[in-house]
Amino acid sequence: MQEHFQYLYEMLTQVQGYIYPNEIDLQWGLLIVLYPYITGLVAGAFILASLERVFNVKVLKPTYELALLTALAFLLVATMPLISHLGHPERFYEIMITPHADSAMAIFGFVYLWYLMVVLLLEIWFDYRREIVIWSRQEKGLKKWLYKILTLGVTDLSPRTLRWDEKIGYFVTVVGIPSAFLLHGYVGFIFGSVKANPWWSTVLMPVIFLFSAMVSGIALVLVIYMGVSYLRRKKIDMKALDTIAKYLFYILILDFTLEGLDQVHRIYEAEESFEILSLLVHGPLFLTFFIFQIFLGTIIPLVSLGILQLYKPGEMARRTIYFISSILVLFGIFFMRWNVVIGGQLFSKSFYGFTDYKIRLAGSEGLLWSMVWIILPFLILAFLLWLLPPWKKAEAKSI
Amino acid sequence: MKHSRRKFLKKAAAGGSLLAVGIANPFNAIIFASEKPEDPSKPWWGYGIDIEKCIGCGRCANACKLENNVSKEPFYFRTWVEQYTIKNDGEVKVESPNGGIDGFTQTVPEEDIFKSFFVPKMCNHCYKSPCVQVCPVGATYESPDGVVLVDKDYCLGCRYCVQACPYGCRYIDPIEKVVDKCTFCYHRIIKGKTTACIEVCPTNARLMGDLNDKSGELYTFLKNHNCLVLKPHLNTGCKLYYNELNAEVS
Repeated sequence: MQEHFQYLYEMLTQVQGYIYPNEIDLQWGLLIVLYPYITGLVAGAFILASLERVFNVKVLKPTYELALLTALAFLLVATMPLISHLGHPERFYEIMITPHADSAMAIFGFVYLWYLMVVLLLEIWFDYRREIVIWSRQEKGLKKWLYKILTLGVTDLSPRTLRWDEKIGYFVTVVGIPSAFLLHGYVGFIFGSVKANPWWSTVLMPVIFLFSAMVSGIALVLVIYMGVSYLRRKKIDMKALDTIAKYLFYILILDFTLEGLDQVHRIYEAEESFEILSLLVHGPLFLTFFIFQIFLGTIIPLVSLGILQLYKPGEMARRTIYFISSILVLFGIFFMRWNVVIGGQLFSKSFYGFTDYKIRLAGSEGLLWSMVWIILPFLILAFLLWLLPPWKKAEAKSI
Repeated sequence: MKHSRRKFLKKAAAGGSLLAVGIANPFNAIIFASEKPEDPSKPWWGYGIDIEKCIGCGRCANACKLENNVSKEPFYFRTWVEQYTIKNDGEVKVESPNGGIDGFTQTVPEEDIFKSFFVPKMCNHCYKSPCVQVCPVGATYESPDGVVLVDKDYCLGCRYCVQACPYGCRYIDPIEKVVDKCTFCYHRIIKGKTTACIEVCPTNARLMGDLNDKSGELYTFLKNHNCLVLKPHLNTGCKLYYNELNAEVS
């Protein structure tokens, strides 16, 4: 407690102009930056997977299961930053049992569960059901039991049942696409509907969140695919990689256009909040907005990926450019979330001044815990890839 | 049928008064809270602040902290006082050191001052309050008599309401880890007493009253003064009315 007060006294010295006295304690910190970031990665990875299944982009087959498992690994962690930032985390279940219908936040639990239980788990289960049954017969020890449990007692592998698996899996994916849109568009709405905050309150926010989610999720799958191929010492399927990079480029254009439109609209309308927001982006947010988000996270990847659409250098050069561009996109989208969440709280609602935010190392809102929520999905993904290796599916089918 | 027609007429009248306000300027603060509860026989609390009378002594902010056991640290206020100084060159300076509890020192030289005044701030107990709207579990709610309250045993501490309040009137209690705000001293008003801030105000700059009582103190205050609410464009249905509210006040 004393430590927190000490921090607030320190922040008090950083205040520029006038802020309401209750605004010194910035309410949503690094954890709430991670929340839209992680859900965005989930939605984006899922949409990439759907391209293969629903839109029949066969060239993406090598990344289909990987994208689904990535989405699941990150979705399992997505609620953790939210819950751990609550003043009373032990009361989190109340949002499920007594949701307040008027609240944009209240349906989060349902949107989340719908996406987890109805979309992702079902799709993965139907996709892997055949292999799970085969592996439950072939494997030994712990793995055998895990597969036996995962079969849920359904071991029928008749051609008719497998056709149904395919049909249901396809149907779930079709349902999953609007669900992924809902999941992240909804996260954008949580911010976009706060009329008290002019930096957040824009009707474009859900759409911007959605496209930035797709961009970040696709970049993540690209990086993970390259990383997994490297670790497995397997050759990367360049056709798949080129196609993913192409989609990344196109969606990045849309994302940048939408964000540009939002900013142009703000500048042209120049409402009463314009001066403070202008000071915000040219002052406290200059580095994270102009340099990290726009220059490093958007323009450089756009130019690099754009050049590769016109001119194709060798595989090694393309791989390097794809990898660096994707890392930059992931970096940029993180700072896009940062600029929304933290940026929206740096200026006072009185429009007369600014407060400051300093990341602390320890504590539930600190850097160390935040790192846990970023690293944990990768560990879960490693486990999922051990349990449900996409590259062994083909072998299982041949038996 | 009769009921819905009455409702329609009432809404139409409210809309009409919104249009008329620019021309006729009747005690215009009323319009911002035009959708009153159905039962006019019960109280519906509102609050008035006369900026002309406030001397910036900060006793209200201090009394509030004592009455409601608010942390003494200068980051948590249910009510506070702001000092506005408008300079001759148009620059606006706003200050509220320790919420005004320790009083104010004017740092702008007198010859540079065009105008200076004090503005007490507190929860606006909005009728269409964004904080009530966003609470994911309904822990923040409006009482039947028009007071926005928090059920502290139920609040998750998600802070969405703090973000949604346009007036900066909410904070997270550093001990209880739930949201806290002005309650119009609900524990006092239900016993027929007035709020702590009103009780200690030496100039009667603050007053509270029943908006359903046409002959009451608040209604009379609204009739006799040219009152406004903060940030009216946000349409939150504020029930905190200011006399002599300058456009600079935000």
